Amino acid sequence: MKTIITAAEPNLKSLMDLRFGRCQYFCLFDDANGGVSFIKNEGQDAQGGAGTKAAEKMISLGVKRIISGDFGPKAKELLDKFQIQLIKITDNNKSINEIISSIK
Amino acid sequence: MKNLKIAIASGKGGTGKTTIAVNLYHTLVKQNKQNILLVDCDVEEPNDALFFSDAEVIGETSITHLVPEINIEKCTFCRKCVEYCEYNAITVIPPVKYAEVATDLCHSCGACLYACDFDAITEKPFEIGKMIRYQTQNGAGLTEGRLNVGLAFQTPVIRHVKKVTKNHDGIIIYDAPPGTSCSVVSTIADVDFVILGTEPTPFGLHDLKLAVEVVRNLEKSFGIVINKAHLGDDKIYKYLEEKEIPLLVEIPFQREIAEKYAESQILSNVVDGYEDYYLQMIDNMFKLLN
Repeated sequence: MKTIITAAEPNLKSLMDLRFGRCQYFCLFDDANGGVSFIKNEGQDAQGGAGTKAAEKMISLGVKRIISGDFGPKAKELLDKFQIQLIKITDNNKSINEIISSIK
Repeated sequence: MKNLKIAIASGKGGTGKTTIAVNLYHTLVKQNKQNILLVDCDVEEPNDALFFSDAEVIGETSITHLVPEINIEKCTFCRKCVEYCEYNAITVIPPVKYAEVATDLCHSCGACLYACDFDAITEKPFEIGKMIRYQTQNGAGLTEGRLNVGLAFQTPVIRHVKKVTKNHDGIIIYDAPPGTSCSVVSTIADVDFVILGTEPTPFGLHDLKLAVEVVRNLEKSFGIVINKAHLGDDKIYKYLEEKEIPLLVEIPFQREIAEKYAESQILSNVVDGYEDYYLQMIDNMFKLLN
C-alpha cells in the first residue's frame, strides 16, 4: 500500500510539513517493496486550488493513506470521495524516518 | 444640471464611507437635487440599507456568471483544460476517469472551452451574488450588490450593479468597498467625482496616500473628507497642503456621531449641526466640478 507523508525537505531526516496542499515535498512510501521517494509539490505556491491539485496528484499516484498536519476542506472532500485514509499528526517533532518506522 | 456620478471611497476601512454615502444621499434628496440614486458597491458587506429601516424591497435578482461543465461521456481525460486553467479550478484524474470543476474557483474566462478538442465542455450559469433594489421614503432609492458568502467575485458583482444603474437620470452615489484594489477601481472608473474619506491618524494617512495615487492615475476629479477630525495629529493636513489636494470638509470627532451611527440613524436627523458639514461638502464639490 502506498502512503504519502508531507515533508519539509527531500530526505528521511526531514521533519513532516504540517500543510498538505502547500507542503514542500511529498514522501512516497510503498510498504509492498519498502521503497521511499520524494516528489516536489508543484502546487505549493498556487494562488488558489493548491489542496485540490495535491489531492489530484495523490489519486493519480494510487495513494491509499496520507499523513500530514492538516487538510483543507476542498482537498478533504476529494480525497474522501476516493476513500483515501487521512491521518493528522499535530506535533511536529518526529522525522520522516521515525514516522515510516511507526507504520511499517 | 447634467447627470452626475459620485463615488465615496477611502483607503482605510472605518473612515466613514458608509456614513458619508447615506448622509450625502439624504442631504441631496432633501435639497431636491434631481433624482438621487444610492448604489452600494461594498458587495462583501453592503450595509447602506440598514440606514433606511422603512425602505421597501422592490426587486431582487440573481447575478450569475458562466462556469464550465464537463461531459464525462465525451471527455478523454487529456487534461488540456487543466493546463489552460489559470485558477486551478478543474480537476481531471485520468486513471480513475474523474473530471470536475470547482465553481467557486472558476473565473468564467472560457479558456477551457477553447482548450477542449472533444466538445466535452459546455457552460452553465452559476450564482455569484444578488442585486437588491430598495425604495426609500424619498429619493430614487438604493440599489445594492451582495456577493454570495465564500466567493471572491467582488468585481463581477460590482460591474453588474453598475451596468444596470448607469443610465439613471440624475445623480448616482456609489458607496465603494474599502482599499485600493480591483473592486475599488471598477467602482470609481467611470465616475465624475470621487470623495475620499479619511481620518487624521497614521493609518488614515498611509492608506489615503494609496487612494490618492489610484484616483490620480485614473485622472479623477476628487476631494477629501476628514472624519473624526482633531483626533490624531496634523500630518494629514500637511500632506494635503503639500500635494495641493482639496479638502471638502472636516467633521470633528463627536461621541454622539458614533453612537447614532451604531443605531443606524441618518445623522443629519439626529445630530445638531451635522447637516451643515454636508452642505459645505456638497458646495465645495460642485465648485470643483464647475
